[in-house]
Amino acid sequence: MNPRSGRFAPMVVPLAAEIAAARAVAALSRLVGAGGGTTVPGKLLSTLDPGAVDRLAARLPAGTATISATNGKTTTAAMAAEILRPRFRLAHNGSGANLLSGVASTLLAAGDAQLGLLEVDEAALPEVMRRVRPRAVCLGNLFRDQLDRYGELELVAERWRDAVAELPVSTTLVVNGDDPLVGDLANAHGPALVFGLDDPRVARPALQHAADSKYCLRCGLPLEYEAAYVGHLGDYRCPNGHIARPPLDVVARNVELRALEGVAFDLDLAGETRRVELALPGLYNVYNAVGAAALAHALGATTDEIVAGLGRFSAAFGRFERIAVGDKTILLLLIKNPAGANEAIRTLVDGGPPRLAVVALNDAIADGRDVSWIWDVDFEPLLAGFDRVVATGDRAAELALRFKYGGLAEDAIEVEPSLERALDRGLELTSDDGELVVLPTYTAMLGLQRIVAARGLVRPYWERAA
Amino acid sequence: MNIRVAHLYPDYLNIYADRGNIAVLVARAAWRGHELDVTEVGIGGRIVPGAHDLYYLGGGQDREQLLVAADLATKAEPLKAAAAGGAAFLAVCGGYQLLGRGYRGHHGDDMPGVGLLPLETVAGDRRMIGNVLLECELEPGVRRTLAGFENHAGRTRLDPGAEPLGRVVSGFGNDGESGYEGCRVGRAIGTYLHGPLLPRNPWLADWILAQALAHRTGGEPPELAPLDDELEALAHAVSSARAQRR
Repeated sequence: MNPRSGRFAPMVVPLAAEIAAARAVAALSRLVGAGGGTTVPGKLLSTLDPGAVDRLAARLPAGTATISATNGKTTTAAMAAEILRPRFRLAHNGSGANLLSGVASTLLAAGDAQLGLLEVDEAALPEVMRRVRPRAVCLGNLFRDQLDRYGELELVAERWRDAVAELPVSTTLVVNGDDPLVGDLANAHGPALVFGLDDPRVARPALQHAADSKYCLRCGLPLEYEAAYVGHLGDYRCPNGHIARPPLDVVARNVELRALEGVAFDLDLAGETRRVELALPGLYNVYNAVGAAALAHALGATTDEIVAGLGRFSAAFGRFERIAVGDKTILLLLIKNPAGANEAIRTLVDGGPPRLAVVALNDAIADGRDVSWIWDVDFEPLLAGFDRVVATGDRAAELALRFKYGGLAEDAIEVEPSLERALDRGLELTSDDGELVVLPTYTAMLGLQRIVAARGLVRPYWERAA
Repeated sequence: MNIRVAHLYPDYLNIYADRGNIAVLVARAAWRGHELDVTEVGIGGRIVPGAHDLYYLGGGQDREQLLVAADLATKAEPLKAAAAGGAAFLAVCGGYQLLGRGYRGHHGDDMPGVGLLPLETVAGDRRMIGNVLLECELEPGVRRTLAGFENHAGRTRLDPGAEPLGRVVSGFGNDGESGYEGCRVGRAIGTYLHGPLLPRNPWLADWILAQALAHRTGGEPPELAPLDDELEALAHAVSSARAQRR
């Protein structure tokens, strides 16, 4: 007797029928206004038949690539998509639904796509990799982020290490060599394509407070940095010689930071050096661009395609966005953990520190229930320039305390938990033709997007991502 | 007056925004005309009993905690002498565990402790994570609440008769069972609460400053001038509501 038959045998539904059912749910979810409908069908599918994800991925003729990192995975994936679009029809989860359910939804909607390009949550990565069996894996960085959800950094790294060790040698591993934890993963797999940054002129004078992986993985001694670029990303070595930054295959050099206007750099790739002009600001976006370039190279893109794609790229959803409101503009910069927030602040301050900002802190699961991370962010360079700040979101009062104990006068701090009223207050305080800086956490960013979309100022993300 | 603070292993034990606690102590001392001299004591650094009025230890990831535990154990005698001499202590999370007699891990990752607090910690299987609310009575008849966030796998058990920092109103506390959180011996306090702890619980920041001042002057803990704590009270209210809704 077939062991799978009998009373408890799972109902076997043809994949096509599952897909039809799940797509109907997506349409329904949009109709009833339950949001973008971006993960509901995937949730249904992964409940009906978790193995369906494996089979859906296997249908993509050019295979699948996954991208993960604490910071920059959405942007890196969107950059890679921009580069690869002329070459492949893509199944890409551009709206940031990056758990297994989001991956399932993207694969469901894949249609005649050739290549899966999947941004994946750090914690979900091992299972997603086991299911979709990627032909290329791009690993960007690991920073402390939502310790209440992910657990400690080492734990995430360990799970990544185990998952990477299981990858077949045919899978191309693309790693950021500047991150000591991530760079070390190359050793768990064998040959890897290593990317990084090489320009001591744009290094930080010292390791930031938010640097995490600053000790040797073997002996625990503090790593010595030739140059530290973003958090603990840089050119490091253990004084005992245990570990050191691996040789870089894909490198950014001669970086020219143009404050909020963008950044340019020389891209060294496959024996060629080409100037890349990026419309996104900040050193962290150089890392995203080099990571995307390395991944695209591994997937067969030419250097011309890479340079052109990066040049065309504007910004991933909500990460860095300008929204016109009459004569005024809103400049939206996502902040979600210390390392990322520090880079957003550094970029803002480089462009002339704003005198006013709306900062939004929520503590939903996607933001992290634990809000203590705001004390690890170096807000001080911003505070020095503020005449006024509006603290908003569900944990607005915590932000207000962060600013108060960071040295900002109490009468310069306004607390307005309602996002909508805070945004209006910020716009009211903004001069005509002026720009209002808004720094939200993830769900606060979604809330603000809904507010401006309801006013007809931007299109909802599920339309734009299509 | 200057209050002398020893901040132990700030490079290693800093995971839950411990510098927020220090910033609150610095500011609230300054607003009363006192200066906080913070000295960082790292691996190999010396502890001289009597030289500091307050010792601060933060929390670290397991790996960082393991790196400092052996060094901290070599400082056990001078630290205990400092406590016996009336210095104040605030230890949070990992620092709290290490001020006990030690940490027993799952697989050979045992850590020695200082033995300043009458407690032991054993690794647990499930992390205890979430908002937490305590009720404390550090002085007889004066009940106040502490709102914070906990995230720990260790189960901390106090010795019989040891004084906890507070009663758990909502949350896990020391071990998820006893109904108590933290430990207090005289002017030394250990707790799992971060968030960080002091910004939204300013009464505890002031209590610690008063204890440190008592050590500094050799007298009684002084009454500190009241401050405008409106924002602090608001943050406390939101945080305790979170804990009670969990």
